[in-house]
Amino acid sequence: MHFLYRTPLMAISALRRHPLRSALTTLGIVIGVGAVIAMVEIGEGAAREVEATIASMGSNTIIVMPGNLSAAGVAGGAGSAMNLSPGDAQALANSDRCSALSSVAPLVFARTQVVANGRNWVPDRINGSTPSYLEIRDWDQLGEGAMFTDEDVHAFREVCVVGQTVAHELFEDESPVGRQLRMNNRPLKILGVLSRKGANMYGQDQDDIVILPWTTLKFKVVGQSAQKTNQSASLKVDPSQQVNSLNTIFPSVKPVLYPVASATQMADSPQPVHFINLDLIMVKARGDDLIDPAMRQITELLRERHHRRSAQPEDFSLRDMTEISRTQASTSRLMSVLLLVVAMISLVVGGVGIMNIMLVSVSERTKEIGLRMSVGARARDILRQFLVESLLLCALGGATGILLGRFSSFMVRTTLLWPTRTSWPAMFAAVGVSLLIGVVFGYYPAWKASRLDPIEALRYE
Amino acid sequence: MELIRLHEIRKTYSLGEVSVPVLKGVSLEIARGELVALMGASGSGKSTLMNILGCLDRPTSGQYWLDGQEVSRSSGDERALIRNRKIGFVFQSFNLLARTSALENVIMPLAYTNALLSKRECRLRGRAILERVGLGDRVDHQPSQLSGGQQQRVAIARALINRPQIVFADEPTGNLDSKTSKEILQMFQDLSEQDGITVVLVTHDPGVAHYARRVIRISDGLIAEGIYDGQVAEPTLATA
Repeated sequence: MHFLYRTPLMAISALRRHPLRSALTTLGIVIGVGAVIAMVEIGEGAAREVEATIASMGSNTIIVMPGNLSAAGVAGGAGSAMNLSPGDAQALANSDRCSALSSVAPLVFARTQVVANGRNWVPDRINGSTPSYLEIRDWDQLGEGAMFTDEDVHAFREVCVVGQTVAHELFEDESPVGRQLRMNNRPLKILGVLSRKGANMYGQDQDDIVILPWTTLKFKVVGQSAQKTNQSASLKVDPSQQVNSLNTIFPSVKPVLYPVASATQMADSPQPVHFINLDLIMVKARGDDLIDPAMRQITELLRERHHRRSAQPEDFSLRDMTEISRTQASTSRLMSVLLLVVAMISLVVGGVGIMNIMLVSVSERTKEIGLRMSVGARARDILRQFLVESLLLCALGGATGILLGRFSSFMVRTTLLWPTRTSWPAMFAAVGVSLLIGVVFGYYPAWKASRLDPIEALRYE
Repeated sequence: MELIRLHEIRKTYSLGEVSVPVLKGVSLEIARGELVALMGASGSGKSTLMNILGCLDRPTSGQYWLDGQEVSRSSGDERALIRNRKIGFVFQSFNLLARTSALENVIMPLAYTNALLSKRECRLRGRAILERVGLGDRVDHQPSQLSGGQQQRVAIARALINRPQIVFADEPTGNLDSKTSKEILQMFQDLSEQDGITVVLVTHDPGVAHYARRVIRISDGLIAEGIYDGQVAEPTLATA
């Protein structure tokens, strides 16, 4: 098997005779492979970022939103009817029929100012929930301290945990654990600080949050839910509404399009809202293959509890968070694949360049081929020699391309600060593809060379 | 026992409908160690005869015994093997590989030799052969750094690297001046007399043929003079 080392050596010395030409020939392969590697690394980096962000929102989660309230013909939209009760959340958590669910957390929202340590802040989110909420959000590990318990929820305890941003805004570098904050003039003891999550897919700061037992939030902190209040400001009343001597000439009251209900009528009409109802129920499915069964089970159970007849639509809606995030991820994946296809096309172009130059090389070296045959080279020796030359060109081009690609993705990571990820499969694939190109595009010229007649070749000018 | 025996060798080229007979029944014998000149005008068929003798081409009919082996029906691969082991070629235009050292040029045929020689052995043999042709001090020079005569000596060394039994030289002094030509032809004589290598010089130059002990003349595809008919040959004269 001496050809295994002799032929490559012969090939190397042949390529060394025309160093610039060899280098330029491989340029197509170098650029093609470099582009593929850089593209894949950047694409992988972006995909990882997306995955991480999705994961940070909690995996396999489903949101149950209360239904649509219609008042005097005007639809309030999803969530406007408060018809999800704590009993619903309880039923979902405990029922045997909801086997696909792993945890359930009721949610109540508020937005108000919190005051602590001589500072104030309005957190982006104030969530009233139970400890299951952290489980659903894959947020179990706290940064400091501890989470409140189900006991605390039952007992309406005045406790909370804060996110990293809130902790930083109110306490800077000091530990908030054990300290007190006031929410709507209600003092709450801080039991712990959540771990860092970063921004979510929509750009919101997930660490700008306070979580407390929903019972506490509902019954002790705010009178109703989902209402903006600011404890530091006095009730603002628009004076121009009250004292407007020009009222008669320039009425400033908005026209009322629908008949106004009188006090009696208001008292008589049934209140669709129960005071203790929830804003949302967040549910986690046991696995991503169980999301659809979970959604079915939730729908069935809640329809029953809400006494919906079979023809009526649901008075609640479900959102599959995974579905949304998967769609986002698949879009970015599609872009990566398209870019990869373009890079592959440039590799093929590089291969055509190789074939071109090999044909020229064969033509130029006709006399040399004749000479080699005259000293005893067989047709297959010539074929092998030129094929190995082509393979060698492609292998060198591939190796250089990998270096170029890694360097480019490194530059992108350091200057543009985009995430990139080293991809070993891409490197092996790139080497494999460039060798394949060497064989495929190098074969025809090598075959042509081997078919030469030595006598004519020797006579070639 | 003769090295080469040709019997009724014919070669006809068919160009479409027309067939062109080039060799019309050549028979001759060449013994070991002979220095023979093959002379003929252009178009006489001498190049074709040399190609057949050198196993670069096959005759259309007839037999060719080389070193006791009948090779007229050999395949391309078999003939390549014979060329590698038993035959060496020297050309008018040297045909050296450019940008390659003399040593690399000389050991090039060893790449196609089946016997596994280590790289070191190859280079040792190459050096020895280059010494033999008087170029021991120019081993690493490239053809562009060598004179015509030196290049032809490298070519001769290359032809000798596999210790062939016969060397075919096609107008070896065609591109050389008279002084250098003399040196080269002297070398062929030495190879024939001292090393027992059979040398066939193909030439149209009587001055070159003079160095040979026997001249075979070919004309119109047939041997005009110099057929060896089994008896001890007498060196024939070259025309003045």
